[in-house]
Amino acid sequence: MTWFSIIVSGIVTYFSRMAMVALIDREMLGTKVKEVLNYVPAAVFPAIIFPGVFFNDFGSLVEITDPKLYGAIVALVVGFYSRNVIATIISGLLSYWFIIFFLLK
Amino acid sequence: MLSKSKIFFKGIVAVLPHMLSVIPFGIITGAIGIELGFDPILVYATSLIIFGGASQIIFMQLLSGGASSLVAITSVGVINSRHLLYGAVLSEYLEKLSFLKKLFISYFIVDQGFAESNKYLKQNKNLSNPHYYILGTGVTLWFCWQLSTISGIILGSFIPEELGLKFAIPLTFLAIIVNDLRKLDHVFVMLVSGFASLILFNAPFKSYIILSPIVALIAAFIMLRLRK
Repeated sequence: MTWFSIIVSGIVTYFSRMAMVALIDREMLGTKVKEVLNYVPAAVFPAIIFPGVFFNDFGSLVEITDPKLYGAIVALVVGFYSRNVIATIISGLLSYWFIIFFLLK
Repeated sequence: MLSKSKIFFKGIVAVLPHMLSVIPFGIITGAIGIELGFDPILVYATSLIIFGGASQIIFMQLLSGGASSLVAITSVGVINSRHLLYGAVLSEYLEKLSFLKKLFISYFIVDQGFAESNKYLKQNKNLSNPHYYILGTGVTLWFCWQLSTISGIILGSFIPEELGLKFAIPLTFLAIIVNDLRKLDHVFVMLVSGFASLILFNAPFKSYIILSPIVALIAAFIMLRLRK
C-alpha cells in the first residue's frame, strides 16, 4: 500500500512538472497570462518564506524577540545591496547563530 | 556564443549556493523517514519517485500517523502543484524541443532550479540552448538531493538540531527574490502572497502553498489591468 502511494504521488508530481511544458502549447496562453507569469517567483516564494520566518514549529506566530526575525532582516539587507545569493544565505544564518549561541546564552 | 557544456556548467554554478539548505534538508528528510519507521528502500524511493523535499516529509508523516493513502497522495499533489506555474514559465525556453526531451527535462524542474533558470534566461533571451541551463540546475539539485537523503537514511540526522538549519530554507528563497524588491509591482505581489500564506496556513492539505500564489497572481492580474 505504501509503494502504491509513493508511485501515485510520484506520477501526480511528475505530471505537475510536465503538464505545462509538454502538453500545453504556448500559443494557447494569451498575452495577459504571459504577463502575469512574470510574477510567478514573487507569487510563489513568499508563501514559503513568510511561514518559515513568522511561524514557529507549532504553527503560531513567533515572538518579537525571535532570532529568525533578525536573521531574516540581516539577510534581506545584505541580499538587497550585495545581489548575491550566497552572501544573503550566509549572513542570515550567521546572524541567526550569533543570536542563539552568544546573545541568548 | 556559449557552448552547450558551458551553459550547463553555468546552471550548475548558479544553484551551488542553494546546497546550504538543500543538503541539510535532504539529510533531515532521510533521517525523518527512518525515525518514522519506514523501510530504508521506501524512504529512498520517495526521493527518486516523488523528488520533492517538503512533500516527501509530509507524505511519510501522514502515512505513519495513520492517514489514508488518499489523504497522503492528495497532500503531495497539492503541495507540488506549484510546479505547474514553474512549467508554464519555463515552457518559453523549452518549446522548440522534441516531446521526449520535454518529458525528460520536466523531471528536473525544482524550486531553486526554476528560480535561477528564470532569472538567468530572462536576461539572456537569445541563448541558443537555454534548456542546458535548466538541466544544469536540475541535475545538480537532483544529485545532491539523492545523495543527501541517502546519507540521512544511513547515518541518521547527524546535523545538530540546535543549529536550526531549517531556517536556511526561507533564507534560500529570500535570496532568490530579494533582488526583485527593487520593483514595486513585484513587492506588492510578494506581500499579497506572504500575508495570504500566513492567513491560509491552516487550510487543509497544506494548500496554502498553492492558494497563496493563486491569490497573489490574481492580485497581479488586477494590478496590471488597473495600470492600463
